[in-house]
Amino acid sequence: MRRRALLPLPLACLASRSAPAATARSALTVAAFPDLDRAVKIAIESWARSHPQVEVRLTTRAFDDHHTAMTTAIATGANLPDVMAVDMDYLGKFTQAGGLEDLDAAPFDARAVAPRLAHFALGPATGLGGRLRALPADIGPGALFWRQDLLARVGLGEDDLTRSWDSYIAAGVRLKQSTGIYLLASAIDLKDIVIRAGLADGQGVYFDDAARPQVTSQRFVQAFTLARAARRAGIDARIVSWSSEWSEGFRRDRVATQMMGSWLAGHLKNWIAPTQSGLWRSAPLPGGAFASWGGSFWAIPVRAQHKPPAWDFIRTLCLDRTQQLEAFRRLDAFPALRAAQQDDYIAQPIPYLGGQAARLQWRAASERVPALHVDRYDQVAKAIVEAELDQVLEHDKPIPHALADASAAIERRVRRY
Amino acid sequence: MHAAAKPPHRRRPLIPARWAPYVFISPFFLLFAAFGLFPLLFSVALSFHQWDPVGGVWNMRWVGLDNFAYAIARDDWLRKAMFNTVWIALVSGLPQHLVALPLAWFLHRAFGRWRNAVVGAYFLPFITSTVAISLVFSSLFSKDFGLVNAAFATLRQVPVLGWLMPGQAIDWGQPGYTKWMISAVVFWRYVGWNTVLYLSAIQTIPPELLEAAQIDGASARQRFLHIVLPLLRPMVFVAVTLSLIGNLQLFEEPFILTGGTGGIDQAGKTAAMHMYAVAFMDGDFGTASAIAWLLFLLIAGTTAINKRLLGARA
Repeated sequence: MRRRALLPLPLACLASRSAPAATARSALTVAAFPDLDRAVKIAIESWARSHPQVEVRLTTRAFDDHHTAMTTAIATGANLPDVMAVDMDYLGKFTQAGGLEDLDAAPFDARAVAPRLAHFALGPATGLGGRLRALPADIGPGALFWRQDLLARVGLGEDDLTRSWDSYIAAGVRLKQSTGIYLLASAIDLKDIVIRAGLADGQGVYFDDAARPQVTSQRFVQAFTLARAARRAGIDARIVSWSSEWSEGFRRDRVATQMMGSWLAGHLKNWIAPTQSGLWRSAPLPGGAFASWGGSFWAIPVRAQHKPPAWDFIRTLCLDRTQQLEAFRRLDAFPALRAAQQDDYIAQPIPYLGGQAARLQWRAASERVPALHVDRYDQVAKAIVEAELDQVLEHDKPIPHALADASAAIERRVRRY
Repeated sequence: MHAAAKPPHRRRPLIPARWAPYVFISPFFLLFAAFGLFPLLFSVALSFHQWDPVGGVWNMRWVGLDNFAYAIARDDWLRKAMFNTVWIALVSGLPQHLVALPLAWFLHRAFGRWRNAVVGAYFLPFITSTVAISLVFSSLFSKDFGLVNAAFATLRQVPVLGWLMPGQAIDWGQPGYTKWMISAVVFWRYVGWNTVLYLSAIQTIPPELLEAAQIDGASARQRFLHIVLPLLRPMVFVAVTLSLIGNLQLFEEPFILTGGTGGIDQAGKTAAMHMYAVAFMDGDFGTASAIAWLLFLLIAGTTAINKRLLGARA
């Protein structure tokens, strides 16, 4: 009797605790890396108004640490976020392995909203089973950034740099001989553009439809040949991107151009060379090439706990015009949303680039970049190809041998069971 | 009619007394099982599977010894990384001990009350963050803006000495220099640690031995070579063993100095870096685990050789 009499007490306690729980805010966990986390913070402002019952908890890690953490989180299911950021470089690895939710399936139906986004970004976001596994938030249409003042010293201009690859190298030789300034940081940068030239939608850079390596193709021969020509001409500073020497090279007027995604303008302005405002310009890539660098995507892990609000939040990040424009203004994150690309802001002059309306140029470039297929082993192949290119540039290894060795090494390393 | 006296009621203990020792000692075993034993066994299991963790834990596939066969016979990058590892281990490791031994003897003799402060200065690199050290050295070894090349340029102006200096700024990122650069940082970082080990061992040598030798007319050099060095043999064994283990697992210094890539032509890529790249870049945790166990066998083998060479009479 007594025991019976006591029973309702804990139940009452539970009830009293669960009653407010029904109205308590639930939590949506978001994992990102800098500076993408700033875009999340912008989104949280509007999200809090429209979803007062859902609290967004943002976890930010350094770029590589974030992707390592996401790898282990998916593997173990522990500390798995509801929404996770994936950079373009890691996209193949994540989208092809089955750890991310199929966004084409109900209730997401992402394919219906896909036409609203930059076409070329949807190729890499399409993963296992040809299904969309992520949505792009920002993209990095490729551009050639160049120092107008340094090149003007020897009478060089944009046309000398962009007319063809030959004219680009000739301009570099002239600049180096006259001023001692290098035209580019590393000859390896050229390879990344040329191996993407001439590809169509759905094609892969390193692997064909049957997942066979295609690094012995003419694209790679041309890329290696061009990189070797630049090295032999002595126009590259042999500096690895993102090293301290690389940023210092720009600051001290040692390097005059850099090919990269449009977002580099923001990095130059904010921390690499803030004192060089008005001295830099943006141009299309040389030789009529079109490529993209980087880009940020949002995905939902298969075992995420709160998928409906997670999808809502991704829609805010990727499909909300106001959010996309705000991230564009504050972070220089070029919007993946086409509607945001039509805003008047895109035509505004950029003081850092000497008043150039460079965003129009970047938008035009983004429309020409093909939607390439990414393979889960793209990064493996890239590392092998670059190791062989090192052999060509450092030890003068014959290009056909280097590419044949690269192909064999990829076959050996990529063990698809 | 007396009711039989009831024995006093004793509450039955929640846990039988004979279990108590096991309960008290269980936290260690539980923690060890969770954080020590399980990862080890899981790593063994992984080495026989093909597993990309991004696919989830249910995506493992049994491949038998294929990962080991691949790592031993077909992974040419592992061979290169092993060569780099052994190269750096020798070039940075040997001088550490050859400098630390006489340095410890010198510190023992030369600094009275200031000895601890001087030892602390030598020990400082060991307790400083590897990341901070590597970043500082990255700047020092910068080709165009680094202090090392600036010092060479200054010394080039000095008569006679200038002839020995390189004719132009050294690009430390080039394959021919990468391993030297890493070895220099590793040497600088660990020489103090070894000095402290040897100094502590020297301080345990009975002073009468050294005094007797001094009275007999032995010079400081003779006392070091014929008394101190033989008595330091056990500590030399310990210190060399620690160096072997540490150098064969070298990761942080080359990783940061080469930007995580191993540098041009992978000249600075160590076995531990390769293992990390296979796991987290290639997404092949099975092969990475196999490499980890092969590395373990190498370390165990070299340690055994070291025991035979230095530890026999230690």
